[in-house]
Amino acid sequence: MSSKNSDETLSGNRNPRITWEGCSVLLDINDGDRVLFSRLNGGAKIKIGNKNCSLQPLIGCPFGSSFQVDVGEDGPFLSRVGPASEGNNLGEKMDCEVMEECRDNRALVDNNTAQTLTGEDIDEMRRKGVTGDEIVEALIANSATFDKKTAFSQEKYRIKKQKKYAPRILVRRPFARSICEAYFKKQGEKIGFLRVDTLSLLLSFANVTSHSDVLVLDMLDGLITGAVAERLGGMGYVCNTYCGMTPYPINIVRMFNFSNETCKKIVHASLSELQPSSRSENSTSIDQIEDDSDIGKVQNKEMSSPSTIDLVSNIESGKSIKAGDKAPLDAINSWKENGFSSLIIAAPDLDAWSIAKELVPLLSYSAPFVIYHQYLQPLATCMHNLQTEKMAISLQISESWLREYQVLPSRTHPHMQMSSSGGYLLTGIRITASEKSPA
Amino acid sequence: MLPIDPTKKLSFNRRIADGDLVIVYERYDTMKPIKVSEKGVLQNRFAPTPELWTLVLSHRTQILYIADISFVVMYLELVPGCVVLESGTGSGSLTTSLARAVAPTGHVHTFDFHEQRAASAREDFERTGLSSLVTVGVRDIQGEGFPDQLLGQADSVFLDLPQPWLAIPSAAKMLQQDGVLCSFSPCIEQVQKSCEALKLYFTDIRTFEVLLQTYEVREGNFGSWQDSDGASSFLKGCKKRQRNNLEASGTQTVIARRNGETRGHTGYLTFARLNCSM
Ligand SMILES: C[S@@+](CC[C@H](N)C(=O)[O-])C[C@H]1O[C@@H](n2cnc3c(N)ncnc32)[C@H](O)[C@@H]1O
Repeated sequence: MSSKNSDETLSGNRNPRITWEGCSVLLDINDGDRVLFSRLNGGAKIKIGNKNCSLQPLIGCPFGSSFQVDVGEDGPFLSRVGPASEGNNLGEKMDCEVMEECRDNRALVDNNTAQTLTGEDIDEMRRKGVTGDEIVEALIANSATFDKKTAFSQEKYRIKKQKKYAPRILVRRPFARSICEAYFKKQGEKIGFLRVDTLSLLLSFANVTSHSDVLVLDMLDGLITGAVAERLGGMGYVCNTYCGMTPYPINIVRMFNFSNETCKKIVHASLSELQPSSRSENSTSIDQIEDDSDIGKVQNKEMSSPSTIDLVSNIESGKSIKAGDKAPLDAINSWKENGFSSLIIAAPDLDAWSIAKELVPLLSYSAPFVIYHQYLQPLATCMHNLQTEKMAISLQISESWLREYQVLPSRTHPHMQMSSSGGYLLTGIRITASEKSPA
Repeated sequence: MLPIDPTKKLSFNRRIADGDLVIVYERYDTMKPIKVSEKGVLQNRFAPTPELWTLVLSHRTQILYIADISFVVMYLELVPGCVVLESGTGSGSLTTSLARAVAPTGHVHTFDFHEQRAASAREDFERTGLSSLVTVGVRDIQGEGFPDQLLGQADSVFLDLPQPWLAIPSAAKMLQQDGVLCSFSPCIEQVQKSCEALKLYFTDIRTFEVLLQTYEVREGNFGSWQDSDGASSFLKGCKKRQRNNLEASGTQTVIARRNGETRGHTGYLTFARLNCSM
């Protein structure tokens, strides 16, 4: 981050590209095979294979560093992988080989006798403190077929064994990008199967930028709220709305390393508080809302709900950051008067039109809105109704299509697997109801 | 275009003032930007966003569209305060969104070796009110690399150049630790060469293609087969048939399908992270 960045540091001039005690990190194990979020503090541990390792060595390292498990006198520990061996992009060592590949696999017979090392042998090596990398080398040396394999399958074999016996842990910055990708891969249902490219489109269509006030209805456990707050950088509010008494949980917000300033701008307000009140405000009901307002508040000390355990395993302790307070009254009043600058709705289990009907009028004129849904039909109906009611213009339903490629010399092709559904977006711009708009 | 001035943020174009840039929506498929003058009378004016701007700007080059643009901004991990380098500027379609993402405290340094294009882009940023966020430089980035003053300053670098691999070594020097680079290329051969060059300095190299599909939505009116009269209703022609269906009040339902014609390819987006142990 540049020196100009005034916000995204918690205590002034900390380098946000280096981890610190109490920060949240995304741990990517073996190239995305496993991902989990952790808060780096003294006691935090990670279980890899059957070994428990302290996360202490990760504190103070640059984001983007890799670690592996070494075994010392006091048992297994994490040690940083040196520059030489970092980056295990398949194919790095075989640039020239592939071109002149003359071996093929006609002689390979798969009868499970190719490997002469047994499971017991490997266990024995481990007990003696042989490193994972050495085990991988031993496996290769004892493989009868390794030399007959093509360079490409040799590399594949090496990576497979390396993942098993010498796993790598990559420390990533938790950003909307990496958080959304991790959830989509591991717990898609938690975030309504919102794929990262769809999320990026959603933020663009909603024109989210600093100094804007964004109204959200976020039933994706705070993913939308967090992604919006990240783009606001502490300048402008993201206000989460709800019907009734209880704000929606926003647990995912805890995974971002938000500054206090940003956290203060993550607020909630019930629909009735935001709507222009014809009936004078009833003070008792406001009090009730206040009582319950802690539910949506994010506190690190809280235990996460059981279903998030895998991804949020270590996030429960450490410095308490508060996000998700009640919206201040002066902010609510100014929204009532001027309208919000954009609206985002992501409510997988509610009828889109019944929400849009209430929330679109809370926007200022010419302000954009985006409704996300994993199914097309609710959005089509909603779009039709918005059209008939003349509430919006520039209405469009879009879907993003994303394909990843393997790029290697002479071996470039799309990935064999791809996600074929990342969700749908209904977008539009609010217009004045009357033809006589102020000029 | 952007609410850079916090005192103005909540007045977000409730009233259009003299001299404002607005986007005029003429039909569902035509929009254009105009400056407002006191005399002008028009309905359907919109506060411009980078998305609307991309639809109306003048194409001096091939440009990036919203699907690629959004994905780039997300993958470059741009947030307010970031410094981002771009080359070439082209028509400034992407630049506008980069500026929105890093506003109000960050900066976009964009370079094109084509003097006239750089000048036109500068004019555009003036018009859209982005000039405090964007600096347009005239420079041959493939030949000379990025300027030394920006060494180690960039949070991210974006390349849309014919031979991006020539600019990659310089881009690596401009980036901060763990900074992200993106290169956009229409052809797979370009991607292949770029990836080779990236391996020397970068890790986490990933290539994507992203496309946008839009849907047509309308009210469908389907008569039931039992109420129809074989081929006769079919032969009586379209109008009659529709009326029949209405009378029979078959199933009225909102239906959606993908629009027929769409962009099938824009380019490949290759992302990479500066290897932090080098
Ligand atoms: C396809 S356009 C970029 C379009 C831009 N991304 C947009 O969205 O509007 C490519 C630009 O790169 C510029 N260019 C080509 N070679 C260059 C070089 N060596 N140094 C700087 N700019 C160069 C061209 O003048 C052209 O304007």
